[in-house]
Amino acid sequence: MRWRRYGEHAALLDCASLAEMSAARATLAEAALDGVEEIVPGARTLLVVASAGALEAARSLLASADLDHPPAGDAREVVLDVRYSGEDLSLVAEDAGLSVDEVVALHTGAVYTVAFTGFAPGFGYLAGLPAQLRQPRLTSPRTRVPAGSVAIADEYSGVYPRESPGGWRLIGHTEATLFDPSAERPALFTPGLRVRFRSV
Amino acid sequence: MRALEIVSTGSLALVQDLGRPGYAHLGVPPSGALDVAALRLGNRLVGNAEDAAGIETVLGGLAVQAVVSCTAAVTGPPVAVSVDGRETGSHLPISLRPGQKLTIGRPATGLRCYLTVSGGVAVPPVLGSRSTDVLSGLGPSPLEAGARVPLGPVTGVPSGADVVVTAPVPSQLTVPVLLGPRDDWFTDPASALNTQWTVTAESNRVGVRLDGPPLRRVSNSELPSEGVLTGAIQVPPNGLPLVFLADHPTTGGYPVVAVVRRESLGALAQARPGTLVRFHASF
Repeated sequence: MRWRRYGEHAALLDCASLAEMSAARATLAEAALDGVEEIVPGARTLLVVASAGALEAARSLLASADLDHPPAGDAREVVLDVRYSGEDLSLVAEDAGLSVDEVVALHTGAVYTVAFTGFAPGFGYLAGLPAQLRQPRLTSPRTRVPAGSVAIADEYSGVYPRESPGGWRLIGHTEATLFDPSAERPALFTPGLRVRFRSV
Repeated sequence: MRALEIVSTGSLALVQDLGRPGYAHLGVPPSGALDVAALRLGNRLVGNAEDAAGIETVLGGLAVQAVVSCTAAVTGPPVAVSVDGRETGSHLPISLRPGQKLTIGRPATGLRCYLTVSGGVAVPPVLGSRSTDVLSGLGPSPLEAGARVPLGPVTGVPSGADVVVTAPVPSQLTVPVLLGPRDDWFTDPASALNTQWTVTAESNRVGVRLDGPPLRRVSNSELPSEGVLTGAIQVPPNGLPLVFLADHPTTGGYPVVAVVRRESLGALAQARPGTLVRFHASF
């Protein structure tokens, strides 16, 4: 772990792995330090926006924390019903050297964790994609991906919260609401949440 | 109902308050007025709380008609303001009677003028803010001619005889920055930043795009996505920096070489295309 300065009011924690980042995030979130304004996870980093005093407190907390045994945090798990009929499903199967049924079995068999967010409100990067399904983004992104599209790219799975352009490989569709700013929990996917997919 | 009618919008008129910070972990940009000091001043002039919503314009051109008696002010760069054709000036409280029309001219310097009105713009808040976020689409749509904008209840009295000293927005800026977090990805970043950059016309509320001699990378490795903040200077593979403003994405995949000090963000938000910018880095 290494802290890097990020302007006057923030610091970036560089982590060795997604697991270390997730443990640091859970530790900081659990501590709920006064003066911490934002904790923004990335793929290998944690961006902490806070007063100078709170940044110092976060540093010393993480220096002494047992990151091999982080707090459990939000214990919720959500299961999303998915129709596996995405436009790239056969492409994904072909590139993986698998049948479509095997792709669906792998994707539904895994337990995912929301590692970090970005791209659009409510878009979560879900870690835990089986190695056999790791494939690059499309070389030419789509200008229009429908809301609810379940997709994969690199080491992640994700769900498009609303219609947008996108370059991930589409494998299915869910009716779940991913983002509703008027809801008490505006985003379904929050960092640390566990997610599973069920074929319907 | 207390309201304001939009007569014309100029090139772009958006409702803005101080934004919706605190939701970056859900992928929600902070948004909010780009020249925060100008919005706060405008609100003080009309007797509002500083965080009330006003209207952010690009290159003026906004005209509004009062539906009820209210007090208005125009802040940002110095700009001509008239009521029913009579010049009133900017940066001072202006009383409007029902039916009177306030028009903002085109500022000679700078980019964004703010119209604040007693009671504040009272469109329904989204995640605690009335700001329009052009990146995520959260908040109200851009204002259109003919629209009626609701106003909140008056909460305070307009300021008295304060004289606000205004200055033209400079055509050359020296912007203090702090190096990091990814300055080690670049060759000699402090001097590479301390050169003459030009603000390009592709700049918007997401960020100020700059043209000049590209920054050189030490290596071509890929950066896993990481959190970004307003003021972060991100450098994509073409080496040309982009300074993120309030409607920036919450995570990004290109290295951030340095971060602009907060007190300089307002000046960058007022920088027109063609403005010359030099970054002065400290460690």
